Amino acid sequence: MSPSLIDGTAAKESLTTRQHEPNAPATPESMASVAQLESVSKLYGTFAALRKITLQIEPARCYVLLGENGAGKSTLLRVLGGLIRPTYGNIKVFEGIRPDEARGRIGYMSHAPMLYDQLTGMENLHYFASLYQKRECLTPEQALTAVSLDPELKRPISQYSQGMRQRASLARVLISQPELLLLDEPFSNMDIASAHQMLALVQRIREQGRTIVLTTHQRDLAEPIADYLVFLRAGALDSLHLGPAYAPYTAGAPA
Amino acid sequence: MSAIRRRPYVLVHLAKDLKIEWRSKDSANAMLFFALLVVAIFSLAFDPTNPDLHKFTGAILCVAVMFAAMSALNQVWARELQNQVLDAQRMTNAGANDLFIGKVLANFILLTTVELILTPIFVIFYNLNVVGNVWLLAAVIPLGTWALIVNGVFFAALSIRTRSRELLLPLILLPIFIPALLAMVMSTTAILTGTSEPTLWIKMLAVYDIIFTTVCLLLFDTVLHAEG
Repeated sequence: MSPSLIDGTAAKESLTTRQHEPNAPATPESMASVAQLESVSKLYGTFAALRKITLQIEPARCYVLLGENGAGKSTLLRVLGGLIRPTYGNIKVFEGIRPDEARGRIGYMSHAPMLYDQLTGMENLHYFASLYQKRECLTPEQALTAVSLDPELKRPISQYSQGMRQRASLARVLISQPELLLLDEPFSNMDIASAHQMLALVQRIREQGRTIVLTTHQRDLAEPIADYLVFLRAGALDSLHLGPAYAPYTAGAPA
Repeated sequence: MSAIRRRPYVLVHLAKDLKIEWRSKDSANAMLFFALLVVAIFSLAFDPTNPDLHKFTGAILCVAVMFAAMSALNQVWARELQNQVLDAQRMTNAGANDLFIGKVLANFILLTTVELILTPIFVIFYNLNVVGNVWLLAAVIPLGTWALIVNGVFFAALSIRTRSRELLLPLILLPIFIPALLAMVMSTTAILTGTSEPTLWIKMLAVYDIIFTTVCLLLFDTVLHAEG
């Protein structure tokens, strides 16, 4: 059984309601890397948003991408998510497939909530869960509960606070139980309490052995959960450091 | 806990679009108001009691529907662009054509509803005595509506990454829609006035629909995943 984002009872219930193909997160034994980028460049006209990025994303790790505005963090996430194709270079995910072939296995959270403003959180999640029929999904209630939102809330997303919108967006990502989560500035425009609440959610996801790549300008906030700190500068990979949360894989279990 | 019902992806998209429209009524209100306005303006421009005007009634009705549809088609992907919902949809297991057909069906239902309200008002407004086979309108109107919506949704998607998309859509759509508009006008006029046989025009409309629906389905995946 795949590690769930929720407690065991609810996870069992989710499996009985959605008996689809299993979608266990990547583990060190199951694959060497979750994603491999080889000399990936992305050009917009003459502007290079990414320059020859070579990076291997290990399973069950949390990568924190750091860099100034325009350093290429968001572009890198969109390339990893298969939303844009690199101009040069190769990118493979999971068992050597292209990111756009791994739909449902990659979850992407953007600055925008990627939800319909006119619908409630519950209705949005019902809609998106219905679009992942090949995956073993959480129920909308489970996804909302996992991010500490009330499934009974009848307000449309447009009336949510920024923190609630971000959490609802994370719930949308979690609903398909993706193996690789790409979180683009999940703490942005939040007060400190909401940011710490979001950080705790990300920490929980990380502890369940899922691979996370997140971008942020709030290094102090994200650093404690980072296995790797990746610094980008002007679209190029500047440096890569081990983060405080890094520990070697032990006996086949995620660190 | 509510389990997720397994439904075809097309129905999932369709249900969502209709639910959002039912709540906001943005497109339906805009289309109905616009169509009524066009009909009213034409009735002021031409004397509705003039018997010669009956020759042009089909054209007036079709143009009113076309302008009404244009006002909604310009905004057809607006909800998906807001909050980057389209990116989230692209990353799901649902195919591009499911999204496309769902969107087309939702707008087809909306425009057909507007036409069902508009047509009787139009007949009364212009004091028409329908002398042809009125039941043939049940073929002409859906076929013409489908032609307009399928192309409109496709070209609206094609223009979403451009800066002046509101301007671009009519510039692309109207020339492509001319053969369907011609068939729609000629057949509607033939039905309303009973002066000629509309069958050939209806067949032409059906062939147009088949060709353009096929082409749109073949190309939509490329359009959806194209980079701006």
